[in-house]
Amino acid sequence: MFNNFFHKLASPKHFYRIAGNLIPWLAGACLLLVLAGLYYGLLVAPPDYQQGDSYRIMFIHVPAAWMSLFIYVVMAVAGAIGLIWRMKLAEVMLISSAPIGASFTFLALVTGSIWGKPMWGTWWVWDARLTSELILLFLYLGVIALHSAIDDRRIAARAVAILALVGVINVPIIHYSVEWWNTLHQGPTVTKFDKPSIHLSMLIPLLLMAVAFKLYYAFVVLMRARCEVLERERNAGWVRELAEEK
Amino acid sequence: MTPKRKQRLLLIAGMVIGVGIATGFALKAFNENLMFFYTPTAVAAGEAPANHLIRVGGLVTTGSVKRLPDGLTVSFDLTDNQDTIRVQYTGILPDLFREGQGIVAHGKLQGDNLFVADEVLAKHDENYMPPEVADALKTAHEEGSSKQTGSPY
Repeated sequence: MFNNFFHKLASPKHFYRIAGNLIPWLAGACLLLVLAGLYYGLLVAPPDYQQGDSYRIMFIHVPAAWMSLFIYVVMAVAGAIGLIWRMKLAEVMLISSAPIGASFTFLALVTGSIWGKPMWGTWWVWDARLTSELILLFLYLGVIALHSAIDDRRIAARAVAILALVGVINVPIIHYSVEWWNTLHQGPTVTKFDKPSIHLSMLIPLLLMAVAFKLYYAFVVLMRARCEVLERERNAGWVRELAEEK
Repeated sequence: MTPKRKQRLLLIAGMVIGVGIATGFALKAFNENLMFFYTPTAVAAGEAPANHLIRVGGLVTTGSVKRLPDGLTVSFDLTDNQDTIRVQYTGILPDLFREGQGIVAHGKLQGDNLFVADEVLAKHDENYMPPEVADALKTAHEEGSSKQTGSPY
């Protein structure tokens, strides 16, 4: 039964319908969690003992940085599935994820910079963490550019999958950069095997925002993927029927 | 899995592992250049070049911050709990600069363990807590009831 479900999901027609049903739920849950996260983060959580209120930018910065890595890994896995099993839906997920990942990376870089000026005393330094995150942004932009440079969608998907897989090596480098080298950026607070070095009252809004960002990615990628599926299948019978219905 | 798919899987795995190893070697070769700053211990061991602009990072020793008579120059000790280096800096210090805080200074070594900085950046640590908790920890520490060394939790 499960096998059957996945086979159905892999067919563009069923994916289009299932995704369409899921999007409102994911978007609604995302909105609720963003509101809860912002309320607890901006109003309930206490100020930091050293940074005062300035630390609150981390409720955007940290989840955005996590998402920038998470989405890239999703893209690399989708790329591998697309290359090995020639699964169209994996190719669609890969290319639909790229602009969202690029946006999160950009957001992480900008919020970090805004925080860095008052706290560190500089907008930008070329330390290992900041530089590798900037390379991640260029990888995302490379994926988007490469995909739009090749007209044939299936060839483009294969080229992009290889780029995504080569670039995935940057993900562990970003994560461990603060441990392998001396950097201005501080070490991990939450994503380590030790107990998180953050007070519970600040950790809760951070995790709320992290889940909200995950849900945001989920519903936006499904919206983009639906659009991509329609464009790819524009000559298929089910799309024509859909167009005639409307 | 069909033989064709297995072949593609191996090819992709090989590619990712190959790129990983190549990157690993490249990073190993440039290890020193990837360090954002030298520690006072590295400076004491002579690893940092003299008369070159470099960065030194460490903790500001408590009770060592002094203003020189010109009123603009600050001098303080920078330590990594092994070695200590004297830093002189003229200019505005960042908000987070205080005794016991981690900082990174950019400048030149002037022999005799003196480092003349032209830029001082504060390095924030990974601990986040409300002021009351920080106060409670400090009080506990001063009373000597806290025996932990690492994280304050």
